[in-house]
Amino acid sequence: MSKQTINLNVNGQSVSAEAEPRELLIHVLREQLKITGPHIGCETTHCGACTVEMDGMSVKACTIFAIQAQGKEITTIEGLGNPDKLHVLQEKFREHHGLQCGYCTPGMITRAHRLLEENPNPTEEEVRFGISGNLCRCTGYQNIVKSVMAAAEELNTTESAS
Amino acid sequence: MSATAESVQDRKAALKGLGTSRKRVEDARFTQGKGNYVDDIKLPDMLFGDFVRSQYAHARVKSIDTTAAMELPGVVAVLTAKELEPLNLHWMPTLAGDKQMVLADGKVLFQGQEVAFVIAEDRYIAADAVDLVKVEYEELPVLVDPFKAELPDAPVLREDIADQKEGAHGARRHPNHIFTWEQGDKGATEAIINEAEVVAEEMVYYHRTHPCPMETCGSVASMDKVNGKLTLWGTFQAPHVVRTVASLLSGIAEHNIRVVSPDIGGGFGNKVGVYPGYVCSIVASIVTGKPVKWVEDRMENLSATAFARDYWMKGKIAATSEGKILGLWCHTTADHGAFDACADPTKYPAGFMNICTGSYDIPTAYLAVDGIYTNKAPGGVAYRCSFRVTEAAYFIERMIEVLAIKLNMDAAELRAKNFIRKDQFPYQSALGWEYDSGDYHTAWDKALEAVGYKKLREEQAQQVEDFKAGKTRKLMGIGLCHFTEIVGAGPVKNCDILGMGMFDSCEIRIHPTGSALARLGTISQGQGHATTFAQILATEIGISADEITIEEGDTDTAPYGLGTYGSRSTPVAGAATAMAGRKIRAKAQMIAAYLLEVHDNDIEWEVDRFVVKGAPERFKTMKEIAYASYNQAIPGVEPGLEAVSYYDPPNMTYPFGAYVCVMDIDVDTGVSDIRQFYALDDCGTRINPMIIEGQVHGGLTEALAIALGQEIAYDELGNIKTGTLMDFFIPTSWETPNYQTDFTETPSPHHPIGAKGVGESPNVGGVPAFSNAINDAFRAFGLTHTHMPHDHWRVWKTANDLGLHG
Ligand code: FES
Ligand code: FES
Repeated sequence: MSKQTINLNVNGQSVSAEAEPRELLIHVLREQLKITGPHIGCETTHCGACTVEMDGMSVKACTIFAIQAQGKEITTIEGLGNPDKLHVLQEKFREHHGLQCGYCTPGMITRAHRLLEENPNPTEEEVRFGISGNLCRCTGYQNIVKSVMAAAEELNTTESAS
Repeated sequence: MSATAESVQDRKAALKGLGTSRKRVEDARFTQGKGNYVDDIKLPDMLFGDFVRSQYAHARVKSIDTTAAMELPGVVAVLTAKELEPLNLHWMPTLAGDKQMVLADGKVLFQGQEVAFVIAEDRYIAADAVDLVKVEYEELPVLVDPFKAELPDAPVLREDIADQKEGAHGARRHPNHIFTWEQGDKGATEAIINEAEVVAEEMVYYHRTHPCPMETCGSVASMDKVNGKLTLWGTFQAPHVVRTVASLLSGIAEHNIRVVSPDIGGGFGNKVGVYPGYVCSIVASIVTGKPVKWVEDRMENLSATAFARDYWMKGKIAATSEGKILGLWCHTTADHGAFDACADPTKYPAGFMNICTGSYDIPTAYLAVDGIYTNKAPGGVAYRCSFRVTEAAYFIERMIEVLAIKLNMDAAELRAKNFIRKDQFPYQSALGWEYDSGDYHTAWDKALEAVGYKKLREEQAQQVEDFKAGKTRKLMGIGLCHFTEIVGAGPVKNCDILGMGMFDSCEIRIHPTGSALARLGTISQGQGHATTFAQILATEIGISADEITIEEGDTDTAPYGLGTYGSRSTPVAGAATAMAGRKIRAKAQMIAAYLLEVHDNDIEWEVDRFVVKGAPERFKTMKEIAYASYNQAIPGVEPGLEAVSYYDPPNMTYPFGAYVCVMDIDVDTGVSDIRQFYALDDCGTRINPMIIEGQVHGGLTEALAIALGQEIAYDELGNIKTGTLMDFFIPTSWETPNYQTDFTETPSPHHPIGAKGVGESPNVGGVPAFSNAINDAFRAFGLTHTHMPHDHWRVWKTANDLGLHG
């Protein structure tokens, strides 16, 4: 199958990749662009380990072809924070023990990030519903929910203070 | 030194040692997407392997034609049993004393079995080539029901050992029979059952399920032919054992093999075994001279690697009419699938199923387990459980409920009446275990009080009245469970895996500036070892946990250990860590005495330093001692400060817990709603309460999954019906409740720090609690027992069978 050039913006950087039309975004991100934060847990849209943001929407990167990301802006866990300045969600997941093996974590945080963008003041129910496309086998979600709620609270206080 | 001004309390707190809810050191990399899991490993020129798998559950392989696959550009090689046979790698030994085909040798025995291994330049080409391999099969009759395995017309599955009358675990009476394992006193138990005032009987089925960690299994093998060294990265819960097995199988000397478990995305027992994919990636790397990666997809994971449970447990329990239990009888039919690949210690073909007397003082008991071959995937792994303890706990906790019904007695009261009393520990069980410590009554009373048990029962009775009066369509279930676990395998004299004694290890180096590196024989899969082992050590050697690096999983650097499963890390490697720490302290004492110019006996340990007795202002901190050990010539003492300990535990540890689950069940839809879940765990000394709580939340959620819907199901042709996450239930955040956790603390008397292990308790105790709640909801309508998984359809069906739909 012939390869095509895909130009996209990943975490604020313009990049390009050569991929067949059938190649999934998750494989191009992980294998060509060396973005290994998003993981593969199923490749069938069930687990959410591969969650990234595409033009302001959460997408499961195993469920779209790389070619569909042509010209789009992609944000992955690598784009949310860095060692010098962690995203509040990254801090809160640590503080509230919102992760164990860490395999679901990049997808989970990326999803939670979008959720809070869309609903900065969620109830616990809204958080539980909003992240229900992301599976976790380790934590039982209780501390994930706590982490997301704590992040929302902190983001709101810093925002209203500034 | 300003430390003098600090109080003992402050110095203790600064260590972040035992009992501290220390934040995890692992989290920095995981939250930033910088974990290093096996699929993240990318080596130059790496190839990708993929399996051709059988679509039949039982068939003869007439021919395999790889021509078309080999012609596809990008395909490098295709391996079949024919290529593996000259290397003697077409079969491999299992951990249970059986052997297993690496690639189909003449026939296939389960759907999804590995038939050929395609090696290509990338995963897409490999997948294309898999489709191009032509396999001609001749279908054979399929055996899925273990109770039909020994009927006269049953197909013979394992023709390779059909004539073998003696298996790894004693006599075999039929080609489809693997072993019979007996414990306890059969005659005495049967006599008691024949004479008892009350006998309750039930068939308790713990269905087949799967650990299904978020990361599937995989490996990367890299054979460096120039130096003769093989490096193998993979999802291994026991990397050192994998190295030994790899050496024995491949003939490569063990020092030329390096096995690395990188970050592991959850294990839960799935990653203990040795799988054909690991073997094939090694062979493929040897054959091609390039690194080869194999990572299974989710369907392959669910259908081919490591199922769990599948125990049919027929029970009889005898008691007086007052409810004093006299005897327990159990016959289990264990469906092992096509190969016996259980990951149990060698001498325990049914694991520790003989812990099935549970938390109760049952004077006489008998257990027999029949292992049976069927046309299903091999496995029988300990899914978040210590070798069949989960099955045992489910069995006894269901039998108690069934007995309570027969006695017309409250199930909480029946339990309390039969608990092993505090003063009976160490307690010798009828089936051969010595329980180390426990205080079951205290835990039980605390739990019942916390949930307001009496009130709950009153509310439940009222609801039954209301239901009968047509005022509600909901019923309330109260699920009780008091479990006792047996973990921390184990004493080397009883427990081994492939001949390797189940000790574990820790090696410590203190650096000149007083920070430290400790390496262990275990491997974390999310349990937070890098955090908690540093805490154990901090308390032992007085160096802050923040200044201790923990390393595991690289066989070139870590000391040999048997790995992480069966909740053995804390009981065994945790003990090794404490013991190695004590060796450091012993040497430090000599150095301190020299520096302080006093006799060894004139100083004593205090948090982080040795202090001269009666002269608290004269002391040497561990940091000062560490520095001195490198820069001073101390007579009679070797330079440096290092220690190693290989720990062989004198006994297992016996964590326990009391759980209560309250559920509301909609009789018309079968939907169950968890109103409350209270979990009291006693895991002995608590190392990190935050992590314990996290383990309990996670284990309970896995228990919820198993009890309420998760199963590996086959149809009568041996087709797997639940091979994707569409059909295989994993609870989301939406159906998972918030849990209430609690604890009591009964230290293990034989463990150096009294810790017992906790990771598996919530799964062991959670499943009976959820299942008992469902069963209990229908008790007032004549239900004695209904099988798991209690999905909505089955619960609806139970209600329907009881005539509750009018
Ligand atoms: S890998 Fe994309 S949803 Fe599971
Ligand atoms: S932390 Fe392991 S899957 Fe979520």
